[in-house]
Amino acid sequence: MSERAAAAAPTPNVTRTDPMQPAPWRVVRTEPETHDAFKLTLAPVEAGPPFTFEAGQFNMLFAPGVGEAALSMSGCSGTVDRVVHTIRAAGRVTKTLRTLKRGDVLGLRGPFGKPWPVGLAEGRDVLLVAGGIGLAPLRPALCHMLEHRERFGRVNLLYGARSPQDILFAKEIETWRGRFDVSVEVTVDRAGADWHGRVGVVTTLVPRAQFDPANTVAFICGPEIMMHFTQRELERHGVPDESVWVSMERNMKCGVGFCGHCQFGPLFVCKDGPVFRYDRVAPLLGIREV
Amino acid sequence: MQQRPAAATRQSTIERKDLHRLFEVLRARGYTVMGPVARDGAIVWDELSTPDELPAGWTDEQEAGRYRLVRSDGPALFDWTVGPASPKASLHPAAVTLLNARREGPALRLLECVPQPTRLAFFGLRACELAAIAVQDRVLLGGTPTDPVYRARREGALLIAVQCGRAGRTCFCASMGTGPEVRSGHDLVLTELLEDGRHLFVAEAASERGGEILAELPATDTTAAESGAVQAAVARATAGMGRTLETEGLPALLARNPEHPHWDVTAARCLACGNCTSVCPTCFCVTTEDFTDLAAGLSRRVRRWDSCFSVDFTYIHGGNVRSSSRSRYRQWLTHKLGSWHEQFGSSGCVGCGRCITWCPAGIDITEEARALRQDQRGKEGSRGNA
Repeated sequence: MSERAAAAAPTPNVTRTDPMQPAPWRVVRTEPETHDAFKLTLAPVEAGPPFTFEAGQFNMLFAPGVGEAALSMSGCSGTVDRVVHTIRAAGRVTKTLRTLKRGDVLGLRGPFGKPWPVGLAEGRDVLLVAGGIGLAPLRPALCHMLEHRERFGRVNLLYGARSPQDILFAKEIETWRGRFDVSVEVTVDRAGADWHGRVGVVTTLVPRAQFDPANTVAFICGPEIMMHFTQRELERHGVPDESVWVSMERNMKCGVGFCGHCQFGPLFVCKDGPVFRYDRVAPLLGIREV
Repeated sequence: MQQRPAAATRQSTIERKDLHRLFEVLRARGYTVMGPVARDGAIVWDELSTPDELPAGWTDEQEAGRYRLVRSDGPALFDWTVGPASPKASLHPAAVTLLNARREGPALRLLECVPQPTRLAFFGLRACELAAIAVQDRVLLGGTPTDPVYRARREGALLIAVQCGRAGRTCFCASMGTGPEVRSGHDLVLTELLEDGRHLFVAEAASERGGEILAELPATDTTAAESGAVQAAVARATAGMGRTLETEGLPALLARNPEHPHWDVTAARCLACGNCTSVCPTCFCVTTEDFTDLAAGLSRRVRRWDSCFSVDFTYIHGGNVRSSSRSRYRQWLTHKLGSWHEQFGSSGCVGCGRCITWCPAGIDITEEARALRQDQRGKEGSRGNA
């Protein structure tokens, strides 16, 4: 059947029961975060049901005429009237999103995906281990833990960036460092003489964290190789696989399991993930090009 | 989608010359009739206005990488097995506009293209095609949310099956438990009989809707001899099955053999052209494309079929996850025969044989599964965790 025959009459629709239909959201604030990352704050254009999301979930952001990208939210979770994304301009869509100005409108679908299991972390020590832009999806989890600080044991953030210029949320990290109820460790892969912090891969931070391995939950987000070696390091310290959660990234066109692009073995990263318990994905992470 | 009537169904016999009545009844009920036609050297699906457009006097020869339509003697309308096209093109269209976006100053209007319900009557579905529709039902309607495009087309569809009287060289539906006998999912099933100079269709309703349609057709009670001939036709197709695929334990076998040496053998043959996914009646993967006018004021989002063999199917910043054709073929086969079970509760393969026939390299899914089963040298060492 031809595409023309398949096309239907365009109808303005504000109910949007179809998960493939984006809603218009307005840019209320855009600011650079690093040399290649930026922060977008969005507000809905149309009145509708409240937007509620959990830490680790993502939206599909639509730049008209260019395309969509699956992007995790970096703002604090819950029912919100503003949605915050911290995005690295890496491809066509994200580079277009970086050019948007205050008042511009884009399309948004979501929230999608399984969140970080923050409830499981209650009463236990917490390790949040981030690599690069992977700190963005972990920020809502940290935000939640700091809001409900009494529910959690010792909270550790271990963050590795490529260079001091790549560190996300630099000001906020300083604020967190000033708190006595959260431990923040940062390392970079390489730095100039003006860097007085640590240099090395993020796994070198694990021995610096304080946690009871038998009663710890670890959330890891970063490149697959970084998540893999972090898990190995945690295992060496006695943290079992069942206490480790990772957030996966794959190409996504729909976000709801119809397009097939994000398949990772039997898993749809979009709807079964992106957050998975490590033992669920461990056999797949060892296979090349799966 | 339709309930079977509680009472046992009754067969009735329709003369070939009265088949046009079926078309008239369907049209009177608001259906567009879709059926097989011989065109461009193949049996394909198209909109039909009369039964005279059906591929009378055509049969086919199929082998791995080979398809030929050939003239047969006689008036038979259904003396062929499935061609490259399937009802997938009508129910899960190859391209559909999802929305239009229009810039109006700083504002953006997102104009949704609401799928319009259709009433399609598919005439001439084989058992494997009914099974494929059932697979797509599970994929696109079986969870939450459902796909509105597929739903709008599927809910109004009437499924009229025709029993296979013979099997093709690439058929293996018997192995997949999906055929050759039409058993479920249909509204009405016909069996074509050419006996003693007569040209008949033995019809049986399997839903209330099918029964109502059948009741409007000029028909006689089916004789015992005709009933026997129907059974003989199905038995002939079963006996003539061209290929077999051993399914026992296959998902687990595939899951533990991602580094099996045979993947390299197949990769050396596979052109990664995507023909198999294009003709497969269950492959559901899609992508989205955006088109804009020159001023970028108006843009259109189109959803279209994609293939796990497409180079950029797995593209994320930095590159493609599956860049080798080895990994792409492995994904297709292990999904179709393996992980599909875990995702949707059945195999993704219905045994229609299209991927074998239409592979330009003649790669045969049944041979691939056999090779992976027979030589499992990589079995123990392959489940790397490195």
